[in-house]
Amino acid sequence: MKLTSINELEELRRVISSKDPDKPCIAVCGGPGCLAKQCLNVRDAFINEVSARGLSGKVDIKTTGCHGYCELGPIALIYPQGIFYQRLAVDDVAEVIEETIVNENILNRLLYTDEKTRKPIKNGNDIPFYNKQMQLILGNNSRIDPHSPEDYLAVGGYTALAKVLGSMKPENVIGEVKKSGLRGRGGGGFPTGRKWESTRNTQDDIKYVICNADEGDPGAFMDRSILEGNPHSVLEGMIICAYAIGSNEGYVYVRNEYPLAVSNIKTAIKQARELGLLGEDILGSGFTFDVKVNRGGGAFICGESTALMASLEGKPGEPRAKYIHTSDKGLWDKPSNLNNVETFANIPLIINKGAEWYAGIGTESSKGTKVFSLVGKINNTGLVEVPMGMRLREIIYDIGGGIPGGKAFKAVQTGGPSGGCIPESLIDLPVDYDRLMEAGSMMGSGGMIVMDEDTCMVDVANYFTHFLQEESCGKCVPCREGLFQMGGILTRITEGRGRMEDLALIKDLAGMLGDASLCGLGKTAANPVLSTLKYFEDEYLAHISDGKCPAGVCKNLITYGINPGNCTGCGLCLKKCPAGAITGERKQPHTLNTGNCIKCGICYDVCRFSAVVKE
Amino acid sequence: MTIDESKLDSIINEYKAELGSLIPILQDIQAEYNYLPQEAMEYVAKKLVIPEVQVFGVATFFKSFSLKPRGKQQIHVCMGTACHVRGSKNVLGELERKLGIKAGDTTPDGEYTLETVNCVGACAIGPVVVENEEYHGQMTPIKVEGLLNNR
Repeated sequence: MKLTSINELEELRRVISSKDPDKPCIAVCGGPGCLAKQCLNVRDAFINEVSARGLSGKVDIKTTGCHGYCELGPIALIYPQGIFYQRLAVDDVAEVIEETIVNENILNRLLYTDEKTRKPIKNGNDIPFYNKQMQLILGNNSRIDPHSPEDYLAVGGYTALAKVLGSMKPENVIGEVKKSGLRGRGGGGFPTGRKWESTRNTQDDIKYVICNADEGDPGAFMDRSILEGNPHSVLEGMIICAYAIGSNEGYVYVRNEYPLAVSNIKTAIKQARELGLLGEDILGSGFTFDVKVNRGGGAFICGESTALMASLEGKPGEPRAKYIHTSDKGLWDKPSNLNNVETFANIPLIINKGAEWYAGIGTESSKGTKVFSLVGKINNTGLVEVPMGMRLREIIYDIGGGIPGGKAFKAVQTGGPSGGCIPESLIDLPVDYDRLMEAGSMMGSGGMIVMDEDTCMVDVANYFTHFLQEESCGKCVPCREGLFQMGGILTRITEGRGRMEDLALIKDLAGMLGDASLCGLGKTAANPVLSTLKYFEDEYLAHISDGKCPAGVCKNLITYGINPGNCTGCGLCLKKCPAGAITGERKQPHTLNTGNCIKCGICYDVCRFSAVVKE
Repeated sequence: MTIDESKLDSIINEYKAELGSLIPILQDIQAEYNYLPQEAMEYVAKKLVIPEVQVFGVATFFKSFSLKPRGKQQIHVCMGTACHVRGSKNVLGELERKLGIKAGDTTPDGEYTLETVNCVGACAIGPVVVENEEYHGQMTPIKVEGLLNNR
């Protein structure tokens, strides 16, 4: 059905919203974490069970996007009560239908148990992981089926578009976005309203709106989850942007490594066209806009705006110098406006609730919320959305539940390969664009990788440098050759061949990379190295002067051995050792021949008696 | 190898009218053949009336294109930061040992291709190995054996 006016849209919304609010609905999380834990089998079991009991049509079963709390997957929320069931297995399904859906009883064993009170918590919003969050962007993920535009309409979807087309001039839209203080969520943090304004002010018949969904930062997956879970919210933001800057054509450039995101945004575009929300004469307003999807080719550099546009043009993804502004000459040399997925998803909120409301959230210079992927050595891994300015400590300990296995926190890495490592001494840092920058890191797209005492900071610096060396497009010499040299020095240090003068050399190279590289990749490439050198110089020195890796990570600097006092002679390590380096009789302490050892760490992992030691 | 030109034509025709269609065309060809046969790239250049070097340039720039035939089973080891700090290097090492190949190579029997990928966006359950399309989370070197079905 094609909607030809705002009234028709509101009438459709009224019909959808008049459905029975008490009808039970089981929303099974279909995010990447839950998918890996076979949530689709659980979903299918729910569908079969409901149908076997003749309840089809009386209970809705939905597969939604990511709910955030990946650690507890598979997760399902049961509406209307909002019951949060976790670690679901196919075997739990019949009981959930019988007890919770039919008899309206709660199954305590499937609830989350509070760490402190040891009491089960019924409602998802009361779990510590969720109750400190402010889920303005992610919140709808657990309510809507991404394949259902009706679900999006029911939670107020496309009201912002209706408001814009019905009652706002493009200048006013830009004014609102500027006033809201929204800054780009992709990494740079450029004020979104100003970007829109300069693209609007460039005169041309053709302008493009581009959504950057080439989420390349390792350790970040919020754009994936928004695009998979709530694709219409991104589309709505793009349509509003197009209206504001005067564009009729848009692109979503999405990673090919995210097949579900590709398919969900394509489906949403098709549905939006059928509903008259995309295409010619949107909602009878006379405004025309349509969107195409392009899949990335697996190049990290294509997250850089000008490299992304080169790739859209069918060329290798090489960036160009920044003095040519995208708002003047972007895709096909036409004025273009490029924003990140999360940035677009914020737009409907700002229009609906007003710039003043939005600007009331966050800090002086960073407004609204930010989605972070809280991963690495942390108990509650997943996606979290918090107001800007929340302290790192609250995110890591109150929401994230601290470090597993009683280990000590060492650092948190933010900003991807352009960011840095923030040490424990700065754990009370309020997280916003500027505070992170001052600490030698950056916001980036929102990856937050927690590291504990077992993480070697020199290895981390080496990891990022090699990552970037591999992903450097090779166009400019400082980045291509600088990273090659930097990688060589760091590898040398991790292998115990470092020299004291290497530290000064690293700083020298870092300065050159920052000053002379063409694009952001090279300019910021030294951040992981510089921040680890600044906060963890002792670890570098231990590698260089003592030939030791204090965290026990760097293979050339560690040896495995067996402590005969603890060894029971169970034979497990001997059986699992791929190198045949372990010998011994059953029930007698075993020995490890370091000459044959390949340091794969399997014996260390399998030993149940802490008899295998790493030095 | 012989290339089915009608198959290529149908892929090319789907995009032909659009500017910048080279990358999606190559993506669809790779989806069809599992890699980019040289003959197919030459055919695309001819049909799009662009130099062969442009096709080759794009095909070698982007990591997701392969110019060599790939195995029936694709194993991708995620090397993202979250996976790295949880030990993905050891998982990759064990896969290389078990398969007897290095990352980027295919086993001589054409069964397995082992590749690394810089983040698959399933960071919460790292280290992640993607076997064909299926995600395996919280991988360890010990779990590798189960993945390869006792190879």
